[in-house]
Amino acid sequence: MIRTITAIAGLCLATAATAQEVAPVDVDYDDMGAIAVSLSGAPGDATAGQEVMTTRALGNCVACHQVSDLKAEFQGSVGPSLDGTGSRWDESQLRGIVSNAKMTFPDTVMPSFYKVSGYIRPGDAFTGKAGTEPLPPLLTAQQIEDVVAYLTTLTD
Amino acid sequence: MTKTGLLTAAIAMIATGALAQDDNQLIINGETEMITEAPAPDYISGLKTIYSGWRFRDASLQQMQSDDFENPAVIAVDRATEMWSTVEGTADKSCASCHENLEADMKGVRAVYPKWNEKAGELRTLATQINKCRTDNMGAEEWKYTGAEMTGMEALISIQSRGMPVNVAIDGPVADIWKHGEEMYYTRYGQLELSCASCHEQNADNYIRADHLSQGQINGFPAFRLKDDGLVQVQNRFKGCIRDTRAETFNPGSAEFDALELYVASRGNGLSVEGPSVRP
Ligand code: HEC
Ligand code: HEC
Repeated sequence: MIRTITAIAGLCLATAATAQEVAPVDVDYDDMGAIAVSLSGAPGDATAGQEVMTTRALGNCVACHQVSDLKAEFQGSVGPSLDGTGSRWDESQLRGIVSNAKMTFPDTVMPSFYKVSGYIRPGDAFTGKAGTEPLPPLLTAQQIEDVVAYLTTLTD
Repeated sequence: MTKTGLLTAAIAMIATGALAQDDNQLIINGETEMITEAPAPDYISGLKTIYSGWRFRDASLQQMQSDDFENPAVIAVDRATEMWSTVEGTADKSCASCHENLEADMKGVRAVYPKWNEKAGELRTLATQINKCRTDNMGAEEWKYTGAEMTGMEALISIQSRGMPVNVAIDGPVADIWKHGEEMYYTRYGQLELSCASCHEQNADNYIRADHLSQGQINGFPAFRLKDDGLVQVQNRFKGCIRDTRAETFNPGSAEFDALELYVASRGNGLSVEGPSVRP
């Protein structure tokens, strides 16, 4: 039922975005916080995903995580190392964690990369000025898919 | 440390997993011993031990702060010393007109601010008090809350309490304000949904990219930041940290930041007044 509603919502958006893109408010998380279908409707590109993870203005995942496979300087230690994460989680779970990690780890400090409202004093990026919800999500649907594609390669 | 030096150190730390603030002792000018580690006050449930930010900095920075000949804040302190006895405003007065002996009169002041002012019936940060002295007692213009005159004067006043333990009051008339500050400390602001506690309580001693997270204590403020080549006012630091969560910040001098300053100061009750400290 929920799936059907999402599919219909997806169809309604068809004129605004690409046919199969799922908007942040329409994402269907399962009980474990996983997302079954591609957010962009297209496969991810693992090489582009690496770029998203190491670029400050994009995911900047290495601010908190260490990934031996990535060459970025100064990788953080706030989150666990992502080495082997592709063996611990399947693709749908990784998609859920990157989109909104709080659906998987309720009180985590990890930011939600595909969420646009429900914030306390949301700002306009890093200006310190007020922002207006819905905010642009931190990553686009395709960037999330790219990151997920890369994470699935991080197997033990 | 050179760039490559830092990088090597960072890699070494990741490799060994040795992510710990050190147990070095801070003695300023070879004579003033600082308390950089103390048991956490019992009203801070998230911490067992409190540490000065100095303990998280690398050796060369620690060294800079331990010797006034190397501490770049001293230039601003000298300028403030001149200001102390400079007459300004319609009342024809300087700070020295009311506080004749800088060292004796200002000893202990930094350690107890922010503090409730009975007469005015309000909480005053040190910066607010300095501005009140300027407007009400000197008939002079307020200084910009986070400006160079203000941070220099705060540094001069802090030095008179160097080594004394921070001891701000949290009860009585300030109890509700303190509570508000505590609530702010644990509020997850902005699009990144991070609270002060997310970084400085849960993740103190971890690295966020190149930054070694401290407990975000304010006993070393104002802090000379090498990156800015100047002293940073504590509420400006709060503003920067909140901005970094992609949030709408509060303004320095606002009731919210005063409450937060009182609360954060109280998390450091027991550590020595260290201002002006040196930071990267
Ligand atoms: C502010 C810190 C922070 C940032 C930024 C961050 N994470 Fe996380 N992440 C965490 C923490 C902490 C956890 C552990 C979950 C918990 O809180 O229990 C985690 C968990 C994970 C996990 C599960 C790890 C495992 O193998 O069990 C994955 C995968 C992950 N993050 C990916 C990412 C990606 C990809 C990005 C960037 C697009 C990112 N994270 C950005 C803090 C962060
Ligand atoms: C995204 C992470 C993050 C958040 C959230 C954050 N800070 Fe910070 N803060 C830092 C980093 C990084 C530094 C520089 C390294 C250090 O001293 O911890 C810093 C430094 C500080 C310092 C200077 C400490 C010193 O010894 O020089 C203070 C004070 C401070 N933060 C207070 C706060 C307060 C209060 C809040 C909440 C309003 C807050 N921070 C939220 C990351 C954060």
